[in-house]
Amino acid sequence: MLLYILKRVLSAISVVIVTLVASFALFFFAPTDPAGVICGPRCTPERVADIEASLGLDQPKAEQILLYMKGIVVGREYSTGGVVRECAAPCLGYSYTLGQPVTKLIGAALPVTVSIVLGGAVVYLLVGVLAGTIAAQVRGTSLDRFVVGTTLVVQAIPYFVFALLIALYATFLPDSGYHPITENPFLWASGLLAAWLTVGVTNAASYTRYSRASMIEALGQDFVRTATSKGISRRRVVYRHGLRAGLTPVVTIFGIDLAFQLTGAIFTESIFNLPGLGQLALRAFGQYDLPVLMGGVLIGSVLLVVMNLVVDIVYTFLDPRVRLG
Amino acid sequence: MSDQTPGAPTTVSRVPRESAAGEEAYLEVTDLQVQFPTADGLVRAVQGLSYSVPLRRTLAIVGESGSGKSVSSMAVLGLHDRRVARITGSIKVGGREIVNMSDKDLEGFRGGDAAMIFQDPQSSLHPYFTVGDQIMESYRAHNNVSKRAAKERAIDMLNRVGIPNPKRRVDQYPHEFSGGMRQRAMIAMALVNDPKLLIADEPTTALDVTVQAQILDLIADLQRDFGSAVVFITHDLGVVAEIADDILVMYAGTAVEHGPVNKILGEPLHPYAWGLLESIPALTGEPQPLHPIPGSPPSLLAVPSGCPFHPRCEFKDRVPDDWCTTLRPELVPRTADQGRTSRCHLKEPDKVFATEVLPRLP
Repeated sequence: MLLYILKRVLSAISVVIVTLVASFALFFFAPTDPAGVICGPRCTPERVADIEASLGLDQPKAEQILLYMKGIVVGREYSTGGVVRECAAPCLGYSYTLGQPVTKLIGAALPVTVSIVLGGAVVYLLVGVLAGTIAAQVRGTSLDRFVVGTTLVVQAIPYFVFALLIALYATFLPDSGYHPITENPFLWASGLLAAWLTVGVTNAASYTRYSRASMIEALGQDFVRTATSKGISRRRVVYRHGLRAGLTPVVTIFGIDLAFQLTGAIFTESIFNLPGLGQLALRAFGQYDLPVLMGGVLIGSVLLVVMNLVVDIVYTFLDPRVRLG
Repeated sequence: MSDQTPGAPTTVSRVPRESAAGEEAYLEVTDLQVQFPTADGLVRAVQGLSYSVPLRRTLAIVGESGSGKSVSSMAVLGLHDRRVARITGSIKVGGREIVNMSDKDLEGFRGGDAAMIFQDPQSSLHPYFTVGDQIMESYRAHNNVSKRAAKERAIDMLNRVGIPNPKRRVDQYPHEFSGGMRQRAMIAMALVNDPKLLIADEPTTALDVTVQAQILDLIADLQRDFGSAVVFITHDLGVVAEIADDILVMYAGTAVEHGPVNKILGEPLHPYAWGLLESIPALTGEPQPLHPIPGSPPSLLAVPSGCPFHPRCEFKDRVPDDWCTTLRPELVPRTADQGRTSRCHLKEPDKVFATEVLPRLP
């Protein structure tokens, strides 16, 4: 098990490095002009050259990549206008427009996104799995059709329309805004409620459908018939024997979904004014703030490989037949 | 537990007992119908099935796939989804009526007085729970005991069905068991509550032949110890000879022949049973071509009129007035022997068998 995890971590690191180099190449070879952006519209060529030198943009590209990676591992120094600034590891560079270390920006935005996504996940997992399980049990009845129909309607509404509807009409909800959980857990929860509802309800539709399909298959298995033949209650048959088997495929989807969602819930964050990763990336895009974009890509690839690994490890606990090695 | 059959033979080979007549039936099925309404029409899976099994006896239900043997026995445990299956007639187990029993009562009944062993232990055991856990669950569903006591009982049962090292095995998962061991565990689970009725639905079909024999011995052994009534579903006539006291041959959802094992295997009276005997390949002498029954079992959506076997029957020309195609025969004694019944219009079937069918048998 430990050896397996070690092997997976090593391969994960190589995936992240490949992503890093690829995105670095994509952004920095692109015909962008970071120094010009930083300097503004009325700028002398000398000033541009000066900024390029301070950012290291005058160095060969290969050296820039190595410097960037070295910054991540041991940190690096930047000098702007004669002032040397220390950027501690893991250094992802300085934001061109905000003048702050990217690590610090991401560090501030990540808890917001994590709060939104995890809170929303609690909602959609509870609602989705329960609704899906109930629909699977009454498969073919009008209740089942109602549940499936509702999921179709919810899925047909574009995500941002749904978020706007909640923002505009669910006025009974407390005001949105981010307050760190460490300062005031109650304020933290109330400020995120609208976002959780949006993420929860929209995703609950697809999770209802996954769970329903998975439970229909599970409930048709021979071992469920065996469980019934033992004389235990129907509820125990469904929720112990059926759900245990039916939930396993849902966990896989959930792991991957979670990784994607954690890279930033752009609509949710924008509409409910929550300064998460999505907002950070969105602004960086508009302003050619390459170090911030690079940081975002890096976080995304790390999350994806980590979540894949977590899903595989969780699987060994869910299914005793799966042995890692 | 073994006090119920004093002086019972210690070998497993069948010592044919006398006819069941006079013994009180523990399981009594009367005019059972099981139908499934589907988009294509009404599937008549079981039509007018009647039989009974007293304690300490084994009834083998024999037939092809789709003959209704499994469907009828699942009905005995009330395992059909009532929203899909239409069940009429009567099933009495120990005097209790099952057909209209409430879900609550069914839960108490299933796995207690009546238990079932399924065909494929690989898919019939839950892959995510340990074997011990699954046996304990069955025991605790019917006995108000602690987990520790239930585990003791599970270990005891595993030992009883011949699983070596049960203390270690009890905490293992089904995938860590071999096929034969899994079926033993399944049997341990079914017998954990000392059921008076055991239904075994092709319990050896998924196993290889050497393991088959062990499992059959085990079931016969345990039946003697527990004194239960056993319904053994199979399509393997070799297994039937090994284990059964009585045989019920099913075709297209109905019983076509019923009687003691030696009579039915030695001198069957129904052309379908003849076909079954003829289709057994000879294992000695010169290799002979196989003799399958011509045609295939009928669709249960459109069971043939009259005798359902008539499209495949080579003797239907012997019956006058097209009875075979128009008139459904009754399940009645066809010879002087009142202890056996057959559903066929053919006159003097015993003579037809002796003169025409017997010489052809391998």
